[in-house]
Amino acid sequence: MHANGASKDHPPLLQTLPGDDVRQIMWRFAERFDCQMVVQSARAVARGPVARAVAKGARNSHEWTEEKAALLQEFDASGITAASIDPEYGGYIEGPKNFVLGLLAFELAWVDAGAGTSSMANTLALAPIHERGTPEQKQKYMAASIPPQPGESRTIWRGAFALTESIPYVGVDTGVLSGRVRVAEWKDGEEPILHVDKRGRFITNMGAANFVTAAVDSGDPRIKGSCMIILEETDSGTWDRGIPTKKLAHQLSSTRDPVFSLQVPANRIIGGYTVKDGVIVPNYSHADVIEAVFTRTRATPAIMTSAKLLSAIEPVIRYHRRRFRGAVGITEGTPRFDMGLQQKEDALHRLLDVWAAGEAGASLGFETARLLDTYDAIEKAKAEALAAQGIAGGRAELKALRAREADAAEYVVLSHKTAPTAAESARLATLEADPVVKFMVTESLSSVLIPSAKLWNTGHGVNMMREAVSMMGGYGITEDCPGFLGTKWIDGQLEATYEGPEVVQRRQLSVTMSRPIFLQQFQQWIKRLRSIAQDHPTLGLGTLAAAMELWFWSREYLSKAKDAHGRDLYSNQRHGVTYPLADALAWLVATYHLVQDVIELKAKGPAHPALAEGIDGLVGFYSDLTHIHCATSAGEATRICAELVFGYRAESDAAKAGDPEAFQDVAAFIALRTKVDGSLAGSKLAKDRAAESLSHVMIPEVLDYPV
Amino acid sequence: MSTGYHVVVLGSLVPDLLQTLEPVQGPTGPGLKNEMMLPAVLDPWAGHALFEAAHVAAAHPGSKVWLVSLGPKAKLQQLMMSIAQKVPFELVAVDGSASGFHDAFDVAEALAAAIERIPALDRSRLLLFGGCASASRDAGATVQMVGERLGITDQFLSADELTVTADGVLTVLERVEGGQYLASKVSGPPCAIAWATGSLPEPPNNPQVGMANMRGIMPALQKASSVQVGAQGGTTFMSLELPKQERKTRIVKDVPLDEMAREIAEWIKA
Repeated sequence: MHANGASKDHPPLLQTLPGDDVRQIMWRFAERFDCQMVVQSARAVARGPVARAVAKGARNSHEWTEEKAALLQEFDASGITAASIDPEYGGYIEGPKNFVLGLLAFELAWVDAGAGTSSMANTLALAPIHERGTPEQKQKYMAASIPPQPGESRTIWRGAFALTESIPYVGVDTGVLSGRVRVAEWKDGEEPILHVDKRGRFITNMGAANFVTAAVDSGDPRIKGSCMIILEETDSGTWDRGIPTKKLAHQLSSTRDPVFSLQVPANRIIGGYTVKDGVIVPNYSHADVIEAVFTRTRATPAIMTSAKLLSAIEPVIRYHRRRFRGAVGITEGTPRFDMGLQQKEDALHRLLDVWAAGEAGASLGFETARLLDTYDAIEKAKAEALAAQGIAGGRAELKALRAREADAAEYVVLSHKTAPTAAESARLATLEADPVVKFMVTESLSSVLIPSAKLWNTGHGVNMMREAVSMMGGYGITEDCPGFLGTKWIDGQLEATYEGPEVVQRRQLSVTMSRPIFLQQFQQWIKRLRSIAQDHPTLGLGTLAAAMELWFWSREYLSKAKDAHGRDLYSNQRHGVTYPLADALAWLVATYHLVQDVIELKAKGPAHPALAEGIDGLVGFYSDLTHIHCATSAGEATRICAELVFGYRAESDAAKAGDPEAFQDVAAFIALRTKVDGSLAGSKLAKDRAAESLSHVMIPEVLDYPV
Repeated sequence: MSTGYHVVVLGSLVPDLLQTLEPVQGPTGPGLKNEMMLPAVLDPWAGHALFEAAHVAAAHPGSKVWLVSLGPKAKLQQLMMSIAQKVPFELVAVDGSASGFHDAFDVAEALAAAIERIPALDRSRLLLFGGCASASRDAGATVQMVGERLGITDQFLSADELTVTADGVLTVLERVEGGQYLASKVSGPPCAIAWATGSLPEPPNNPQVGMANMRGIMPALQKASSVQVGAQGGTTFMSLELPKQERKTRIVKDVPLDEMAREIAEWIKA
């Protein structure tokens, strides 16, 4: 046996749990020291003050306590609060911040996602202002949200985003607002004074907020439509923070049901307004604003759930290994002493599934965040290009974009060519320089990646978190569980719900996954997997490609097929078809991005001096983990597709199962499914190899945060 | 006339102390198992020295702090992502092994050479700071050897406090036997101080400081000189051994607190 655990008969093993060097390569921030510093800052807060607060029982109260409020000051002091704000207003990180916020959320959620939510709540409150606010609004509220610097005597402002209302109003359906805005006073030549009534529900950060960005509808014929509007604590009227929400999750963040009845100047309407024929017309409806906000903020909770899964690995390994130590007759050097429950294959295999799910979710979440970091500039360039053509928003823009769909699809094809001709290269360069095409491609991709991440990372993530808890035995569902796994489990359920629950993500995916540009993109992914499969024979790429082909065929088939009663299968209200198909896609998309990150690690890891010592074991383990996940993902997608393709046939067809003649119309599906099945060869061997690593990997002596 | 001190802090990384540290014999000499892959932290004693240096510099306008670190470049870069946010300093990186299995002589030679190459350093204003010990190698001799090589004869070991009077006289409290302090006065720099724990807490992260530091740190890492120390530098290790961790766990039920306390006290006395 060599020092790295390799021998003639056994491949090298994973030596240590992946550290920052590995993450920086996989998540592509090895060159960004601003991000690396933010990681260290957030980690110090998470594993210090946050972990101590959780260990002392700070979660055991619905109230906004001094102990919880003190964490906000920790966020301020460590740069977490200012990380989301642009340097022109006092922040310190240049450029878009989706990725850096993802890293922050990852680090905080590693210990407690409520702390993560608490830190993000201010960013969410500022997001409407950031995306659609006037320059004056940005200057005022962004600058006020920067922690005071040494020598400054001002108090920091904190915000809350108030959209949700009590049932039956806005929740899943963001259109049905009960909050109202009316004209209170409007003197000639002066700013109108508005009266805002809003009763919020589940409003995060409300215990600490000085200002609120609230969604309201017009309750006055002198105001047109809905808007988002800024309310301040010192405005005239009622500012009632309301009762604390009796939530079971994320207890470190403040969530309350506030009541506002306030008079504010009309210049608080986010994005401003114009007066037309004596009517105040907000420049942006509340729907315009929240679409822009949620486009950018949903990747963050997705990343938080994945962080929890990855955080569970070390405590579960330690628990398993030490499970029997100290018992009478269990002496050092015996397998029960040294390996504990890790002697059992089941313990190893189940933990690998948790690990793989965490990795895939993180890969998808961070890829989504990176894509979103490109979005603002691309969207702005598109708007300028269309404006130059006299097209400014609304239907005219939609029509203009639709006319360019073929160009966008062509761009997708050409950009994936590994050996383009000169003519193709020239055409690609032309399309690359076209801001409208670039926007369409980016938007089509982001509108699949965002809901996929939010849906799959959180939904499947919670299921796997339950697995992690179960692996800790009875310990897992107590407050004493190392790594706070029990609380992470229930916290994950909130991440699956807030900022658009699973049904909203499925709904969005059911539309965006069938757009031609995305489908072209999807086919190119399949081709890429096929083309690189030979170079990476242990990753299970053939399995993933086969499952993606099967999904693609199924979607095409379902879009044209009818059920046994003659009803269309793929239609707007046929959620029994489109939603499971969206679920299947999310599995595949997450796995595809895990593959991309592991290929990156394989390419760049060996050149990293800190990883060279154990690179073979590291890459081997990650390859096996990817193979495992490709198999699991293919299994899930195939099962879902099979149910959809066969499940709507007449019951009488069931008796013909196994007769190829009876299923000629879906013979291609059967062939594809057979291909998926065959491609699973070796996937369980990969799991055995990875399990071997898991049973030998070196872990720290103790967890680096308290319990 | 220039004012303030030029404070040079010697300090590098050690493996995160929560990790399992297992000595192994590698191809280039002894080391810790998976040492390069383990997360690293700034040696705690060096940390105390750095924070004290920043404190002195902040109190004396015109002062400047350099952190001279001998360690693998890639690991130093990771370390800087947290340390750079603590206090303002300029990094002088020396690319080489930071293993605990090195002789202080080699390390001191490399560090002294790096200090001599700092162009803006005014040796007449030099305060040489470092840890009186190390989490990876407890020889406690590196600061003294570097001081000797730089011609600094006023040396203070295991210091916990440095005060400066208005006329520039330095008073250093050194730990001596029996929990006592030895108070020494020195008229001014240059002098070398090997810090015990000092009295300052670890500063909170300040990203603005971090961003400012990183503008100099990245170039410093790129132009780091390489050195060979320890076995690579020619030192021969005849044998090595780490104390084995001893863990004796016994599971018992229904034992009164007094009984437990008595048993623990007996165990400690033994």
